[in-house]
Amino acid sequence: MQQRADTYPKILNVVVRYLLMILLAFLLFGLIVLIFGEDPIQSYKEIFTFTLGSTFGFSEVIVTMIPMLITALAVALPWRVGLINIGGEGQLYIGAAFATWAALTFQNSPAWILLPLMMLLSMLGGALWAFIPGYLRAIGLVNETIVTLLLNPVGAMLVGFLIFGFWHSPVDNVKTANFVPAALLPTFFGTRIHLGLVIALVLLALFWFVMKYTRWGLEMRAIGGNPQAARRNGIPVKGYLTIVMSIGGAIAGLAGMAMISGFYRVLSLNFSLNVGYMGFLISWLARGQPIGILLMSFVVALIITAGNLMQLTRNLPYAVINILLAFTLFVVLARPAFFKRKKA
Amino acid sequence: MSLLAILGILSSAIFSGTSLLYATLGEVIHQRSGIVNLGLEGLLLVSASAGFAATSVSGNPYLGVLVAMLAGALMNMIFGYLVISRQANQLASGLALMFFGFGLSALIGKAYVGARINGLPRIPLPGLSDLPILYTSLFKFDFLIYLAIPVAFLVWWLLFRTRWGLGLRAVGENTDTAFASGRNPRLIRFQALFTGGLLAGLGGAHLSIAYTMNWSEYMTGGRGFIAVALVIFSRWQPLRAIAGALLFSGAIAFQLLLQSAGVQISPFLLETIPYVLTILVLIFWGGTRKHPAPASLGRVYYGSE
Repeated sequence: MQQRADTYPKILNVVVRYLLMILLAFLLFGLIVLIFGEDPIQSYKEIFTFTLGSTFGFSEVIVTMIPMLITALAVALPWRVGLINIGGEGQLYIGAAFATWAALTFQNSPAWILLPLMMLLSMLGGALWAFIPGYLRAIGLVNETIVTLLLNPVGAMLVGFLIFGFWHSPVDNVKTANFVPAALLPTFFGTRIHLGLVIALVLLALFWFVMKYTRWGLEMRAIGGNPQAARRNGIPVKGYLTIVMSIGGAIAGLAGMAMISGFYRVLSLNFSLNVGYMGFLISWLARGQPIGILLMSFVVALIITAGNLMQLTRNLPYAVINILLAFTLFVVLARPAFFKRKKA
Repeated sequence: MSLLAILGILSSAIFSGTSLLYATLGEVIHQRSGIVNLGLEGLLLVSASAGFAATSVSGNPYLGVLVAMLAGALMNMIFGYLVISRQANQLASGLALMFFGFGLSALIGKAYVGARINGLPRIPLPGLSDLPILYTSLFKFDFLIYLAIPVAFLVWWLLFRTRWGLGLRAVGENTDTAFASGRNPRLIRFQALFTGGLLAGLGGAHLSIAYTMNWSEYMTGGRGFIAVALVIFSRWQPLRAIAGALLFSGAIAFQLLLQSAGVQISPFLLETIPYVLTILVLIFWGGTRKHPAPASLGRVYYGSE
């Protein structure tokens, strides 16, 4: 630890290191592709020409990135006060359910009423779901890590319950009817990029600003550093723990709303596909830093978008892209020694 | 409702819960050594697919079981490299392992989707042979089901009645103290992961080779997470894990029972039972201040001075 403090790497070094690590992950993945009788060079070529070589591909990467950015923030914020929120997945589902209720109930409202209402409700839903573990932790009853984790499947199943029991469309009982146009987030430039991107970037900037320039940010960092000392300095630690966790949940809930209103345009069973967990990983790998979150989300989104392509053109199942994703995560988590900067 | 229907429901609940008991026992061993493995879901998938593929290729289900166990142990060795050797965060590494499992199992299983295998042979319960065939056919189980409860006792014996188990639990409580008393925390944690991986691998094997007898992507359906919940529910005690698995099986049986009785209650709500109960149990412990978790659970061991 001592050593790291005095050789604090500059931004460029960090970027180079991450790029090298991602390169290593790609090499490992190439090996797997080779073992299963495909041509890795061709696969890579397709991955990059599709995702970075065309406007459409690039826009798809951005679209995939939106919920990841938001769910990563939902983890990064509580982390600042020392709370571990693995519950983004569940909070996202509950948020989406709350928003769906509004979308189905007030179908005749104009968009300028309906969309803000959906956003607010999704944040309320996510906040409620995160309030449970946050409050239990604040009063010293239960560790928040495990409760957030356990509430994930419960959230997903409640959505299943609501869809099957009440909301399913006449033709298909695993999803609701398509949302009315007023309940859809506007999209830009004729692509599938939606307003969620703006929401995500605003939240990211807000997070950075609050942490760096406000009293709240200072107090939150104080709690994260040493809760005992913070309490003795008169910071209301219990209140902070509960509220910050709930805000984290509210952000995750908003991610759920952005996914169903901006992307899927319908609430369906298991729609999230583990985005909440990806947010956790991204936030962890980026060490909760806004720029890092942006970069890591982009990398993960690129890999997943490429996965959609490989499924179309290659003879490999979609889930294979999880291997590339996992290798990238493994390599970053393992922080290989040969990429470490030598001591100055 | 007929007795036959009830027995049928019981039988299917036993089949469904067995893989969960093995997975829970594996995770009990990991966590007793101080390691949380959230990648259990991925591990189960990989051992289910590897076991199924091996059975399909060789035609021998016992070989499939063996391959599944080894696959589980190998998955845990990757995990161990990250969290023990490289000192990475356990939660993040576990989730990464889960994604790896999603991908690898799909790749392994791809050629075997829809394949038919000879599953593990089913042996009728002794003493029931003079019952009508309709009944005995419901109580023919494979050897993994018969072994599940003895294995739970074996794990209990290993953890609480052997020197190895004592060392393992010591590492889970306090790595420095364990080190000071001449134990090697890293080695012991690797051993715990290996053993736990073998057990969880049995769970994956039972799922694909004995229970469903086919392979499909994401077939574990969250069993890995239920197992993590049940470890807490069973207070890190292998014998209580039996009760935990029974609870899960019971919830499934109850659900089937209600359905066949025509009662309208959503299966989604019933599936939340194991999670909600675990949370309630946690709250109850928090109130009584009797939390039995291993003290250094989730902590990275950086080495002792």
